Amino acid sequence: MKAIRIFGRNIRDAFKSVFRNFSLSFASISCITITLLVVSIAVILSYNVNNFTKLVEKDVTIVTFLDTKTTDEVANEYLEKIKFIDGVESVEYKSKIEIAEEMMESSEEYNNIMSEWKKDGEWIRDEIPLQPTLQVKAASLTKIDGIADQIRKLDEEKETIKVVQYGEDMVKQLISLFDIVRKISIGMVVALILVTAFLISNTIKITIFSRKKEIEIMRLVGASNLNIKIPFIFEGLFLGILGSIIPIIITTYGYVAIFKNFDGQLFSPFIRLIAPEPFIYLVSGILLLIGMVVGMFGSLVAVRKHLKI
Amino acid sequence: MDLIRFQKVTKKYKNGVTAVNDISLSIEKGDFVFVIGSTGCGKSTLIKMLYREERPTSGKIIVGGIDVAKLKNWRVFKIRRKIGVVFQDFKLLSKLTVYENVAFALEIFGLPKSQIYNRVMKVLDLVGLKSKAKQYPTQLSGGEQQRVAIARAIVNEPKLLICDEPTGNLDEDTSMEIMNVLDEINKLGTTIIMVTHDTEIVEKMKKRVILLDSGRILKDYEKGTYVHESN
Repeated sequence: MKAIRIFGRNIRDAFKSVFRNFSLSFASISCITITLLVVSIAVILSYNVNNFTKLVEKDVTIVTFLDTKTTDEVANEYLEKIKFIDGVESVEYKSKIEIAEEMMESSEEYNNIMSEWKKDGEWIRDEIPLQPTLQVKAASLTKIDGIADQIRKLDEEKETIKVVQYGEDMVKQLISLFDIVRKISIGMVVALILVTAFLISNTIKITIFSRKKEIEIMRLVGASNLNIKIPFIFEGLFLGILGSIIPIIITTYGYVAIFKNFDGQLFSPFIRLIAPEPFIYLVSGILLLIGMVVGMFGSLVAVRKHLKI
Repeated sequence: MDLIRFQKVTKKYKNGVTAVNDISLSIEKGDFVFVIGSTGCGKSTLIKMLYREERPTSGKIIVGGIDVAKLKNWRVFKIRRKIGVVFQDFKLLSKLTVYENVAFALEIFGLPKSQIYNRVMKVLDLVGLKSKAKQYPTQLSGGEQQRVAIARAIVNEPKLLICDEPTGNLDEDTSMEIMNVLDEINKLGTTIIMVTHDTEIVEKMKKRVILLDSGRILKDYEKGTYVHESN
């Protein structure tokens, strides 16, 4: 009971203090609001970039071209070896015949050319100049380079494995682009959070100075250090919570609106946005949490620096 | 039984001034003691060490069985809860009413409201300010303000009440009123140590008097033996 009453008193004091120094509190709250808006954009961006990366990952395939004379047995031997390379999700073997059939189906022109490789409706294997392939899927984009290298090493004389291809340039560009986007957003968020924490600590510092006499009397009548410090920490917490309200509202409604407006995709059907629910709840939670932590941290800095007891 | 014991207490400030020099002294429970002496004789330092506002350079200060000198900073509040302090400048919060100023000392301990009300009204009654509970300090006279401060200091029912020049800002009649209130409180069992310049009051009250000079005890007068020597 006693602890609850003390707790209640601390919260009441902190709340009063927010409104007593309203102009200062307002400045801090505005700063938190702006910071959290940027944080929100950064979070949404990086989650979507991550999501997009995963989508791309699913589609990226390493195509290993084998020598045209490779028999099914030899190809399967390599398939077994590739399966056990770290980061490989699946491997699929396509023989010359399968490739030729796929190509014939895809266009009339191919059909004409390729029918020459047949005799009495049967493929003449040695006539087909195509290369059988092993199609390798990687578990993640970052492992692709390594997997390709390992496949090349399986046959360094290039007797069987002729070419290993996976659109390196496109993939690398994408990865570095994602990386830049992520780094910039993290950098901005960190910088803004620091500025906000500083502003909050300044607000609390002024509160501490304006309540110097009260603090002195509290000490005199036997308030413990915690008794004195906790209301200031709560005040920081309140500033953080109040500052996160507007960003949460804007994020929630804004993201839903954007999602609907773009029909869930950006530029092309490839880049799918994350569905608003439950994503917006996650982002709102993150914003509230950051607001609270920043508020408390700022206030803690001020209390430790200016409240010598 | 001794409530307070100073054992060879010395306090040197960083600037080299020795405010208190090798003082040994004991004060019994329920005593009323005046500490007098000229400005800079160390009387304020002496009582500041009691509620651990200052720390002695050497020696022991035992208050209610606790060595205050050794008390860690974060535990100081424990001794403060057993000691009430009254100052020359009252130290009241002007935004709070008389009632709130006194209740302030209890609220931080999380006492239930009804209990706070009873205790605050009881001490306000004791200092004769029950009818002014809803007024603000600025609406009161100096003497009344000091009585509010006294009420706040004793609402916690401390064993010891320390008064640092409580009548320093007050005229003679008002000072005597304050002294009567303090005497009442003393009679209820609270030990009182009062630092003052006002030797007339000291003479009238007929209590034990400790005369300090340059950080040492010049003379320790038994109860009622002090006579003010006018220059």
